[in-house]
Amino acid sequence: MIRRIPLWLWSVSGIVLFFGLWQGVVSVGWVSEFVLPSPIKVVDRFLTLMGRPFAGFLLWEHALSSLGRFMSGYVLAAAIGIPLGLMMGRFRLLDEIITPLFESYRYVAPLAWVPFAALWFGTGIGGPIMIIFTGAFAPCLVNAYRGAKLVDMHLIEAAQTHGASEFRIAREVLLPGSLPSIVAGLRISAGLGWQSLIGAELIVVSSGIGYVMTQGQMNLSPETVITAMLVIGLIGLALDVILRMIESRVSSKWKRE
Amino acid sequence: MSEIVIDNVTKIFGAASAEPFTAIEDFDFNVKDQEFISVVGPSGCGKTTLMRMVAGLESITDGEIRVADKPVVGPGPDRAVVFQQFALFPWKTVRENIVFGMKSVGASKAEQNDAVEFYLGLMKMEGTEDKYPHQLSGGMQQRVAIARSYAINPGVLLMDEPFGALDAQTRTIMQEELVRVSRDNPRTVMFITHSVEEAVYLADRVIVMGRNPGHIREVIDVASTRQSEKWAEEPIDDVMEMSSFTHLRGQVWRLLREQMGADM
Repeated sequence: MIRRIPLWLWSVSGIVLFFGLWQGVVSVGWVSEFVLPSPIKVVDRFLTLMGRPFAGFLLWEHALSSLGRFMSGYVLAAAIGIPLGLMMGRFRLLDEIITPLFESYRYVAPLAWVPFAALWFGTGIGGPIMIIFTGAFAPCLVNAYRGAKLVDMHLIEAAQTHGASEFRIAREVLLPGSLPSIVAGLRISAGLGWQSLIGAELIVVSSGIGYVMTQGQMNLSPETVITAMLVIGLIGLALDVILRMIESRVSSKWKRE
Repeated sequence: MSEIVIDNVTKIFGAASAEPFTAIEDFDFNVKDQEFISVVGPSGCGKTTLMRMVAGLESITDGEIRVADKPVVGPGPDRAVVFQQFALFPWKTVRENIVFGMKSVGASKAEQNDAVEFYLGLMKMEGTEDKYPHQLSGGMQQRVAIARSYAINPGVLLMDEPFGALDAQTRTIMQEELVRVSRDNPRTVMFITHSVEEAVYLADRVIVMGRNPGHIREVIDVASTRQSEKWAEEPIDDVMEMSSFTHLRGQVWRLLREQMGADM
């Protein structure tokens, strides 16, 4: 019997149950609306914020400005992390030089960089980008590094004995050879980067979803805070879905070979 | 002129470690320009290490290797290597694989197209240029790898058991083809193999190596017999039954057996 029910229906019923309980708890009066606003109130707030500026901008404008910052930091992390990781996988000496530094850096939470981000960049665009960078950088580097290490040594030697420069080896052998690993890294990076961004926005900027949250908190509007959380979750989910699609494409293409 | 001069070469792995391993000791040999040399020997005799040193993929502990009068210091397109594992780029098509080395040495687009057409014709593989390696059989893949190496016109071709991963039938066909291709496009070739028959059938001279540490046990001349007995005019199966062939094969085989006996 249970097997007949399609899987997506289970997901839907999970969501319905969650929101039902939430609404129930508030409606019955077990918790005050000031402590936990009901889902209906949150949806109402969401619609309001889409049409009326809050903290200077409409909700989607805040979301866009967050996404813009995220992309800057994320692209920067990939642009530095991937080539560096590939080179570390290729050159033993570089590996020895970078690895100790890197291993100590990667356990420092992105938010721990906030004081420095504020000190160096004030409320400028640089601060949040730096925080996202610190969050997204490690998986980019680690996965490129592991990918490069796993590239068949014979392919590198074949390239060398057929006259390829180190640049060509990196671009035509190491990069495609470690692509599945790199794409998996990019997915993890996106998650970590997006999480760190919100943290950064709570502190150092004056627009964005994180900023909406702090403003909501200061205006004693918990439904605004939850709305912002919802937007964060949905955008994070969307990013993950897109990268998951790319990842499965790449890995299915590579598996054949 | 691409002569290979192996001048008193010694290779010690982990020379600075507590347990250094001498793979090759005082190896002294000259491969003449456009000569086809096979190297056979029991496993662990260092034949692959020798080839890798000529390729520049392995450092030399002592002595020197010169190719066309230039000391070998690293890998280069004047010494293309054909690997047992084919080592084709799986994300590149047959065409892209064949022209890979040509791009490094600055061949024009027209030259690249000509080479693809020429080698696929030579290997009887017309129409496969847009296929990927995984869509080809092992024999076909190795043909592409051989074409990739020939296409850069290297003075020296190094082959590390190139037919070792192929089934017996394909292997025989490939041996025959290699004789044909290398007759029409002579190069200095160093061919590493486990197979005594293959070594004798292909080579002008066969180096029989011994181990502990790797050294030359004996060098057997094949070229003069091949010419006087006209092997090139016969199919491979017939050659392998000729008494001139079986005699040389027996000679190499006995040398190898002695080696193995000495270890037991």
